[in-house]
Amino acid sequence: MADTELTGAEIVVRCLAAEGVEHVFGYPGGAVLDIYDAIYKQDKFKHILVRHEQAAVHAADAYSRSTGKVGVALVTSGPGATNAVTGIATAYMDSIPLVVITGQVPTAAIGMDAFQEVDTVGITRPCVKHNFLVKDVKDLADTLKKAFYIASTGRPGPVVIDIPKDVTQHRCAFHYPESIAMRSYNPTSKGHAGQIKRAAQMLLEAKRPVIYSGGGVILANAAEQLTELARQLGFPVTSTLMGLGGYPAPDPLFLGMLGMHGTIEANMAMQHCDVLLAVGARFDDRVIGNPKHFQKEARKIIHIDVDPSSISKRVKVDVPIVGDVGNVLAEFAKLTQAADHGPDPEALKAWRAQIELWRAQDCMKYDHNAAVIKPQFVIEKLYEITGGDAFVTSDVGQHQMWAAQYYKFAKPRRWINSGGLGTMGFGLPAAMGVQMAHPGAPVACITGEGSIQMNIQELATCKQSDLPIKIVLLNNGYLGMVRQWQEFFYEERYSESYVASLPDFVKLAEAYGHVGMRIDKPEDVEPALRRAFGEYKDRLVFMNFLTDPRENVYPMIPAGKGLSEMILI
Amino acid sequence: MRHVISLLMENEAGALSRVSGLFSSRGYNIESLTVAPTEDASLSRMTIVTRGSDEVIEQITKQLNKLVDIVKVQDLTDGCHIERELMLVKVKAVGEFREEMKRMADIFRGRIIDVADKTYTIELTGPGVKLDAFIAALEPSAILEAVRTGASGIGRGDRIMKI
Ligand SMILES: Cc1cc2nc3c(=O)[nH]c(=O)nc-3n(C[C@H](O)[C@H](O)[C@H](O)COP(=O)(O)OP(=O)(O)OC[C@H]3O[C@@H](n4cnc5c(N)ncnc54)[C@H](O)[C@@H]3O)c2cc1C
Ligand SMILES: Cc1ncc(C[n+]2csc(CCOP(=O)(O)OP(=O)(O)O)c2C)c(N)n1
Ligand SMILES: [Mg+2]
Repeated sequence: MADTELTGAEIVVRCLAAEGVEHVFGYPGGAVLDIYDAIYKQDKFKHILVRHEQAAVHAADAYSRSTGKVGVALVTSGPGATNAVTGIATAYMDSIPLVVITGQVPTAAIGMDAFQEVDTVGITRPCVKHNFLVKDVKDLADTLKKAFYIASTGRPGPVVIDIPKDVTQHRCAFHYPESIAMRSYNPTSKGHAGQIKRAAQMLLEAKRPVIYSGGGVILANAAEQLTELARQLGFPVTSTLMGLGGYPAPDPLFLGMLGMHGTIEANMAMQHCDVLLAVGARFDDRVIGNPKHFQKEARKIIHIDVDPSSISKRVKVDVPIVGDVGNVLAEFAKLTQAADHGPDPEALKAWRAQIELWRAQDCMKYDHNAAVIKPQFVIEKLYEITGGDAFVTSDVGQHQMWAAQYYKFAKPRRWINSGGLGTMGFGLPAAMGVQMAHPGAPVACITGEGSIQMNIQELATCKQSDLPIKIVLLNNGYLGMVRQWQEFFYEERYSESYVASLPDFVKLAEAYGHVGMRIDKPEDVEPALRRAFGEYKDRLVFMNFLTDPRENVYPMIPAGKGLSEMILI
Repeated sequence: MRHVISLLMENEAGALSRVSGLFSSRGYNIESLTVAPTEDASLSRMTIVTRGSDEVIEQITKQLNKLVDIVKVQDLTDGCHIERELMLVKVKAVGEFREEMKRMADIFRGRIIDVADKTYTIELTGPGVKLDAFIAALEPSAILEAVRTGASGIGRGDRIMKI
């Protein structure tokens, strides 16, 4: 690249272009005016103006989740940066690669309680993979290169670059490095050959195996390798909330999601297996419940993860393998294919028969003849009408769990939700990011009347950027997940979980220039969805489904209980 | 168990707060932490003394390794190592104390580095337990002020941490 004198702002823009960035989500302000001016003068990427900085980060995050590329957000100093924090923390907890550029007051004003000054590096430190304060324009290009490299390699995560205003105005020669080497940062990607061999042997000798697949499979783009290995060995697969789509849900080997709201067959198989292959999953407390209860049963655990600190954190592991899921699974496949015998077919048959007994309890049943709309029914219809092929984003609550349970994801990167932080308000901005990345693809945002109001202002962004998202509001009139806990564990004292004074969502949608629908009868569910995805294909449609206010998410493992201690319907 | 963890990190602004922030946010305890640049000015060498079960210590080393600015982490307590700490104690040096304090400093091989009408300042280096013993040996009312650096550690013999 030729060396030319550019301003810091121009350098930022050139670096983003050099990284192949096509979309930046952001909101302007004093400290980033020079960057916005440079954006005005370029045509390499599109800037999407949101209505709140939190939404910019969620949109960039979901953009990344749905494409595998690094998402980029740009916000101003002070309140711009603090508004972005929830988005950054959300991405951090789910290991999503992001580069978030924040404006900062001029270097000379730092520490002077200047107008719109906050210590962004300090505030974001605990919820980023890494962050930088750039004090010299000469460091800018290298820092951007490092940021993209750090965000996207190893265990991915958000990286914040804080740039003082004067640095965006200073000039220097521009050179964007092709690659960057850091002596302090060298993530492992290849697994240890000896450990892989031990693990493969263990898999071949398994009698009651389970593959427990997580978000790491999605992040590693390793769904295909996982599916091949599972099918080759004939092993049943369960997935965390974050791993859904990593193995095709309609497949008979799939046990459904495990954990707090997982299926009987998944949780029982997890508890009673003799060999557990954990792939890019981190034994979260929502997944295995009480670790003491989990460890009551003896089983061998193989754990593949790029991040050594995810291994043996909550559960002691027998064969740890630090490395990229894709690499390691490919090595497994080679070894197990070359082996002179596969796993004991009789044992596998007996194990699958046991699993079918658990499955036969049909833990996902619900009343199909109710006079009110059942939320599960809406999701099943959505699945049918979109052919299981839509991108589905979600907010946080009961609706999120029903979406995870009843929409049978067959492909990775189709299910976009906040698992680790559980951020209400994620769904709509996430849908914007996804729709931006996949124009023309069906994108549904499954939400609750509580959650949607946390970023409702983004309906304006959807109008401005022409995003034909389909909002599926499962309106139960309650902060339903809170109400469910109060019903089960607080003797039905419904403290502040009833959401009164809801707006007329149809009028609200219309006020923003969109299509609104109110659906209150089960027989109207399907026609409404068909119209939304048919006649109104090119419009944002806000569907307000009035659903059963008392419906609960089953099964449920109470917090602190074990996998086999589910509350069933 | 008590562990002494040694690390090399990029000598960047804010590097220390990444480490101390990690310990406080994850609830690990720090008994002492010392840090300074070394012969290579681009690196800082840190010694952290901490306590925890084997599982906690394993997480601490993994989490430290994960920090992007950290180049190397070593648990010195995994093998042979030496620890030294520096202490400065200001003591009363009037009346009988004037002689007594000099004698105590000699016994512990400390040095008196500041002499005033009514006080001595004694410098003492050694493993933490030796400094503890010195404090315990002094008449409490004689101690006016004490300051300790926390332990610095290094491996014995061929055990070298360098990049
Ligand atoms: C209301 C609510 C209810 C919930 N209920 C459930 C539930 O019932 N069941 C459930 O499962 N979850 C549930 N969750 C989500 C839960 O909180 C966790 O977010 C989730 O279980 C974590 O998923 P995971 O283990 O797949 O890890 P992730 O957070 O997806 O982490 C991915 C892991 O993979 C590793 N990794 C990343 N990239 C690679 C790579 N290339 N190679 C190898 N490893 C890699 C990472 O280091 C990390 O350890 C719920 C959340 C909410 C908000
Ligand atoms: C920002 C934020 N605040 C609070 C919570 C706690 N919380 C989790 S689920 C939930 C209720 C969500 O209500 P709604 O969006 O209506 O969904 P429902 O459970 O009714 O489907 C709340 C308050 C949260 N997850 N995020
Ligand atoms: Mg609700």
